This record gives sequence, structure tokens and C-alpha cells, in this order.
Amino acid sequence: MSTNAVKRAGGAGQSGDKIFSGASLAAGCLILAALFSVAVFLIIEALPVFGADPADVTGGDGFFTYIFPIVIGTVIAAAIALLIATPLGIGVALFISHYAPRRFAQGLGYVIDLLAAIPSVVYGAWGYAVLAPQLAIAYDWLARNAGWIPIFEGPASQTGRTMLTAGIVLAVMVLPIITSLSREIFLQTPKLHEEAALAMGATRWEMITMSVLPFARPGIISAAMLGLGRALGETMAVALVLSGGALTASLIQSGNQTIAAEIALNFPEAYGLRLAELIAAGLVLFVITLAVNIVARWIISRHKEFSGAN
Amino acid sequence: MANATLTPRRSQLTKGKMPSYTLWVVLAASIVVGAALAALVGFSLVPWALFSAVLFIVAGTAVTGVVEGARKARNRLAMFLIYGSFLVALLPLLSVIWTVLERGVPGLTYNFLFTSMNGVTGAIDNQVAAEGTPVLGGAYHAIVGTLQITLWATLISVPIGLLAAVYLVEYSTGGKLARAITFFVDVMTGIPSIVAGLFAAALFGQLFGPGTRTGFVAAVALSVLMIPVVVRSTEEMLKIVPNELREAAYALGVRKWRTITRVVIPTAISGIASGVTLAIARVIGETAPILVTAGFASSINWNVFGDWMSTLPTFIYYQILTPTSPTATDPSTQRAWAAALVLIIMVMLLNLVARLIARLFAPKTSR
Repeated sequence: MSTNAVKRAGGAGQSGDKIFSGASLAAGCLILAALFSVAVFLIIEALPVFGADPADVTGGDGFFTYIFPIVIGTVIAAAIALLIATPLGIGVALFISHYAPRRFAQGLGYVIDLLAAIPSVVYGAWGYAVLAPQLAIAYDWLARNAGWIPIFEGPASQTGRTMLTAGIVLAVMVLPIITSLSREIFLQTPKLHEEAALAMGATRWEMITMSVLPFARPGIISAAMLGLGRALGETMAVALVLSGGALTASLIQSGNQTIAAEIALNFPEAYGLRLAELIAAGLVLFVITLAVNIVARWIISRHKEFSGAN
Repeated sequence: MANATLTPRRSQLTKGKMPSYTLWVVLAASIVVGAALAALVGFSLVPWALFSAVLFIVAGTAVTGVVEGARKARNRLAMFLIYGSFLVALLPLLSVIWTVLERGVPGLTYNFLFTSMNGVTGAIDNQVAAEGTPVLGGAYHAIVGTLQITLWATLISVPIGLLAAVYLVEYSTGGKLARAITFFVDVMTGIPSIVAGLFAAALFGQLFGPGTRTGFVAAVALSVLMIPVVVRSTEEMLKIVPNELREAAYALGVRKWRTITRVVIPTAISGIASGVTLAIARVIGETAPILVTAGFASSINWNVFGDWMSTLPTFIYYQILTPTSPTATDPSTQRAWAAALVLIIMVMLLNLVARLIARLFAPKTSR
């Protein structure tokens, strides 16, 4: 595109060119500035917490004692979600890319994408009203028969509104992310690799383990990490489903809390130092998810360069 | 080859293979045995399905292993698990949609759609529960709030997102700035929605004093979530506009900005419009950022720059978590599910519209 020729022509449209390119450059910079100011404003509003008397902070022991249990809670919820959603998501993606009849594959992909279209508050309501009562029965059984494992220690919650339920709802919510990203990668597997494996007499599963999965490994990792980012920051599902409380090892009792739910539940009534505390908690969440996302994007971009898939 | 001597008349091609009906027999057997096992622990649908599925997977794999060998058995096990994972993934989707329809439809009345919660108190709900009078109060204020806040979020994000995408595709030469923008746009898609809400709350708290909560603050929060989606989709669409079109315009002496506004964007407009629609569908269901930026209202507020506002998601949230009447929660639950149904219909319609736009207004590739 020779911009020189356009410049030399001069005339009435020149200022239009300048305005338009300036505006688009400004819009690009505004996005960078927005992300930067997210961090800046959160830090400004959170500062009072770090200067405050530890006794004034919720829990009475300083900010880090306050934030530690809910960071652990956030990680537990996200870990449960990923443990369930990653294998399931890979399975679904393989089904759509390599197992389903070609004619239906795309339609089935849309169906799974519908999972992503349902608003998080509806998942929260569903988890609260439908899933939790169902799981309460299973938790009761677990507490009686597997209670010696710390994570299944009884007495089980009668409402089923526990960490495990929240983790399962989160798993449903991150499933479409993991599925759609890994599906894209699976479809990019070089056809020749697959056909070569099949021609050597490999079964379909051997073909997948030998050609598709090795090719897609970085993609699967980054898909799982993007899912992790979503699970860490998801608010409503946890706020509605989990009946929160102090940090406990048992996943089938009420208790534990995540950062996002802690903010959502307390922010509307918060003022003064409590407000600063919640914003500081949001800052911690922001830093964690930012780190996870940056690593995931970095893996994707590195993969793009040497795969030759694009 | 023991098999060959035992069944000498079978074709060499199907030697050592199971007849096609074998798995159906195994399936039928495992459903029957699963029912028997489920009866032992107190018969109900969930254990029955669970036992049958596990039995079928184990028995199917075992039968394959005996007849066709270990490699085929592994292949079959993988196939069962992969088909199974798809079916398991469908369960929550069907359950959510069924629940919302079943519980939402009874509450979806004219009254629900066109009255607000103004003046609806716990006493009224108690009366509904005690005497069976129709449920009063509705989500009109929340629908108004949703539309207002989403409209403003769209007005903020579309110009910025569009121009940023134009910069990335048309003006940048792949330098550091462009790479930084692309990278951070990707990172921004992963910002937790509540953090976006906190940012807008903190920003307006600094500018207009603490506790500033209006619809506009919520719109800014939603824009933070929406802009990256708009940029990404627009960028993809602008990239696939053929370079020949741009060069043809330049050859006619058309200026670059005129080329972009008159040639490039019109060519890509269907994709851009469907991307924007999908972005709207994404933010319309956001709850957390609204919760911390727009507060909660029970009456109609058309003004995004003043006073608190409700949206459908926050309406659902508060109706479930803090029912209007703490003792008779049924009317609140009914309102919540009706609102969930309205919200899901909105989101699904937006998704449908996006697909229709993409299909109907797709650029004609040959003339």
C-alpha cells in the first residue's frame, strides 16, 4: 500500500486523513491506558488498607491474614473446576473434531457454545435451586462412606451449597472455553500426520494419541489456563451457590469463600476502610488472573510461531 | 489362529471381529443389571443411569478386549469416554434450559413485564402466599435498566473498539505499539468482570466522590469488558477484506480514510455487526460489575447519569438472595426465574441476530 502517492496528492481530504489516523491511534492508546488505569485506580483506592491499623481490618489481624483464606478458597474452587472441565472439555472437543459425523459436527459445536451464552447469574440460580439439593444427597453418602478423606469430612451440608457444588458449576461455565479452544487446535492438526498414522494400521485412538494430542498440547495447556482465568474471576455462580464461611478442608461442608464472591456479597454495604479492603482484594484477584492470562497468551503466541498451523 | 479353525466359514476380512450387534446386547444387559444394582440402594433415575453407564463401559471394553484384543479395547474405551463426555456436557445445558423454562414461564405475565417492584413489599408477598392472589411486581425497571446500561456501554465501546481495530489493521506496521495493543487486548478479555466493576467504581469514586453509583458507571464497567471483544472480532473481519479492494481505491486516487470508511468497512460490515452483537450478548448478562457500580433500585429510572439502577441480572440475584418477603419466598423465586427467562431469551435472540447478520449481509464475493 503506497501511502506516499496519497500524501503527495494534497488537497481537501488531507485533514480528514490526519483526523482519522489520529483518532484510530488514540483509540488504540486508550485501550492500553484503560488497562493501565484499571491497575492505577485499584491501587489508589486500595492504599488505605495497607496503612491501616491491623486491628481495624476485618478479622482484626491485618490485610494478609484477611486475604489469605479467600485466596486459597479461590484457588480451590478454580482447581475443582479445572479438574472436571479439562478432561471433559478435551473429550467434547475430540468428539466434535474427530468422532461426530461430519454433517452434525458444526451444529454440535454451536450447541456446546450455547453453554457460554447463558448468563452467569442463571448458572448461579440453577446451582442454588437445582444442582445443590441434588448433590446434597450424594454428599451425605460421601460423608458416611468416605468421611475419612479430609476433603469429604462430614457432617455434609444439608443444603448442598458447598465448595464442591460451586466448583462443579464453575466447571460447567469454563467447559465451553476449553472446548472451543481445543477444538480449534485439534482441527489444525496436519491431515497428513493423521492419515499416516491410520495408514500404518493405528486405531482411531492411537492416531489421536500419536498425532493429534502431541500437536495440540500447548493449545490444550493454554485453553486450560484461560479457563482457569475465568474460573478464578467468576463471581455470581459462587456468590449464589456457596454458603461461605471460614476456611475448611472439607469440600462438602459449608465454608470457604472466594475473592470475587466476597467482593460481590459485601460491596453494596461497604464504606470507608471496608471498601478499601474489598478493592484491595479485587486488586489481588486482578494480579492473579492477569498473570495466568499473560502466561496463557504467551504459550499461544509462542506456539503460533513454530507450528506452521496458521 | 484358533479362531480360524473354530469358524472356518467366516470371511477373512471380519475375522476376529465382533458382530455389529454385540455392543447393543452389552448395552441392554448393562441397563438391566444397572437397574438391579440401583434397586439395591433405593431405586431412582440417577443411580440407575450411573450404574448402567459404568457397567456398559467396563463390560463393553472387556468384551472387545476378549474378542478383538487389547489395542481395539483401548480404542473402544476411548470412544466410550469421548462420546460419554459429550453426553455429560449436554446434561447441564439441558437442565439449565429446562429449569428456566419450567420455572420461568408461569411468572412471565404482562404484569411482570410492565410493572416495577415499586411499592411491592413483603406484606404483599405474604398475602400472595397465604391467599393465592396473583404475584404482583415485575421486572420493568430491570428491563429498562438493562437496555439503558447496555446501550450506553455499546455507545462507548463500539467507536473505540472499531477505531482501535482500524489502527491495528490499516495503520500500524506491526511495530511495538501494535503488538502491545494486540497482546493487552487479549489479556483484557480475561479480566474478571468484578474487577472491571471495581475499576469503574474506583474511577468514579475518585472523580465524583466515593459512593458514586449510577447507570453510567456500570456502562463504563461493561465497556471495559466489551471493548476487547469488539476489537478482536473487528480486527479479524478487517483482515479478511481483500487487499485488491484497497489498492483499487488508491489507484482511483481515493484517500486512505475515505478508502477505509467507504470501501473496507462496508465490505466487512456484516462481520463487524455480528461481532458487536455477540459482544452485547456477552455483557448483557453480566451481574457482578452492575452490583458494584449501579447499586440496586426497585423503581423505574430512565436516567443513567443519576441515581441507582437495576438490571435483569441484579434483579435475579437480589430476588433469590434477599427475597422481598423473608418468610414467603415463593413470589420472589417466581419473579427471579421469570427474569432469568427474559434474560436468556434476550441473549439467545442477540446470538441469533448475530448469526443472521453474518449470513444475510455477508459480502458478495463475486459480481
